[in-house]
Amino acid sequence: MDKTELRKHILRLLGENGRLQAEEIAERIDAAAAEVEKEIRILEQENVIIGYRAIFDEAELPENAVKAIIEVKVKPEREGGFDKIAKRLSRFPQVSSLYLMSGPYDLQLEVKGKSLNDVAYFVSSKLSTVEGVLSTSTHFLLKKYKESGKLMLEEDQHERLQITP
Amino acid sequence: MNDSKSLRKSYVAPHIGSLPKSGIRDFFDLVSTMENVISLGIGEPDFVTPWNIRENALYSIEKGHTHYTSNLGMMSLRKSICKYLSKEYALEYDPANECIVTVGVSEALDLVIRAITSPGDEIIYHEPCYVSYSPEIKMAHGVPVPVNTWEKNNFSLDPDDLERAITPKTKAILLNFPCNPTGATLSFEQTQKIAQIAVKHDLIVLADHIYSELTYGEMTPSIATFPGMKERTIFLHGFSKAFAMTGFRVGYACGPKEIIDAMMKIHQYSMLCVSTTAQEAAIEALENGKSDMLVMKQEYCDRRNVIVNSLNSMGLNCFKPEGAFYVFPNITSTGLTSMEFATELLKSKKIAVVPGSAFGSCGEGFIRCSYATSMEGIKEAMAAMKEFVKEIKS
Repeated sequence: MDKTELRKHILRLLGENGRLQAEEIAERIDAAAAEVEKEIRILEQENVIIGYRAIFDEAELPENAVKAIIEVKVKPEREGGFDKIAKRLSRFPQVSSLYLMSGPYDLQLEVKGKSLNDVAYFVSSKLSTVEGVLSTSTHFLLKKYKESGKLMLEEDQHERLQITP
Repeated sequence: MNDSKSLRKSYVAPHIGSLPKSGIRDFFDLVSTMENVISLGIGEPDFVTPWNIRENALYSIEKGHTHYTSNLGMMSLRKSICKYLSKEYALEYDPANECIVTVGVSEALDLVIRAITSPGDEIIYHEPCYVSYSPEIKMAHGVPVPVNTWEKNNFSLDPDDLERAITPKTKAILLNFPCNPTGATLSFEQTQKIAQIAVKHDLIVLADHIYSELTYGEMTPSIATFPGMKERTIFLHGFSKAFAMTGFRVGYACGPKEIIDAMMKIHQYSMLCVSTTAQEAAIEALENGKSDMLVMKQEYCDRRNVIVNSLNSMGLNCFKPEGAFYVFPNITSTGLTSMEFATELLKSKKIAVVPGSAFGSCGEGFIRCSYATSMEGIKEAMAAMKEFVKEIKS
């Protein structure tokens, strides 16, 4: 198997289940475990794999009880465009992800906090006051149905036959 | 007073009464008495039909498409099928009169066998094979002629073995590659030789392609593409395996107008047409289902690698099949028969596999393990089977 192929397989499998060990990946794709192990390390060093974490119901953690999506219009700078202000906003620990968007607004932020007040405080005292931020529009998330490709609600199991030809 | 039942002859026609119950049936009865079984005995995808396909079925109902369709199947579906076969198989068929939509590929197979078989005609097929082939030939008053395939050939069909089975009464050859239950495939050269044999002896070829999309290496072209073959081949296919649509029951046959017409007569008088909802779901599968299909195929491929390595490492010899979602390991090293192995494994470890003997007598000494079950299930089953084999051998 060539390198590109191997890397694709590793990312495909780890992207689905970050807990897979190198050996388990190796047996799925019929490669040598040592080779997989080495390639994973390279992917980590190259920052292609940025980290590993569980996908869970974040409401279980009080510090993440409230989540909001904030649309932000900004004034791009003459040198640095959107990057400079985006970088600056991304340093706030409350911001869990940040994207530059096409369409009617510029940046989309996902913000987590332990209460509505917490998030409101961040928006009014931190975000809005950053130079270059023109306006914000905050949408609080009410219920989560799907996260990172995983359905949060289990579907009913259909009665499947145990043996079929 | 006499018991009238014991005196009178059976009401059932002899050629039906004498059909054996499927070998799988007995085993199924045993499994259904047990709880928490991990089953490697299932011949259908564990995946639920991709959502866009299910959604199209719902939309079809919502629009009120609840009437009969053309007996041949909706024209839009037949057009989709012919376009798909042109693109994926390099086969050109006319949707107007060379294509019929059926209730699963099973109906297509039944139709074509009934359409071509006169009493006493012989139809050759390869064993171990799907459980319906022989009974369907018998129901059509034909004579089933099995040709064994061998472990040493990775259960591929040796064209010489096939040719030896031909007699003046031979009407057709039935091929199913990738194969249920062995996972075997045919090479280009073998397919070419079989095509030459079919032309030489003027035989019809029934090509059951139900597992073709699930080929992990390079797919061998359909036998229908070889010289002199299109006019004598019935291409049989369906949506069940590739698109995880077993419960929708949609299949199809493409081939020469004469045979499709004959199949159409039987279908028209017995089945009328396939469920409209299912036909509309099938259109979505062909038009927009490829990416979901490839994701499922990749997952099957991963599982195949795991299951083949596990079986070989526990001492059950198993070649690495290039298609379908079955492996067919040799269990003779345990000293048990296929049925004993399957029964004991079920009783002691609650793992269900299907005895190879259910698929023809030359399947004795083997078991069929389906990897159309979750990776976790496969790993758990393999660990338990490893223990079982160790206990038997010690």
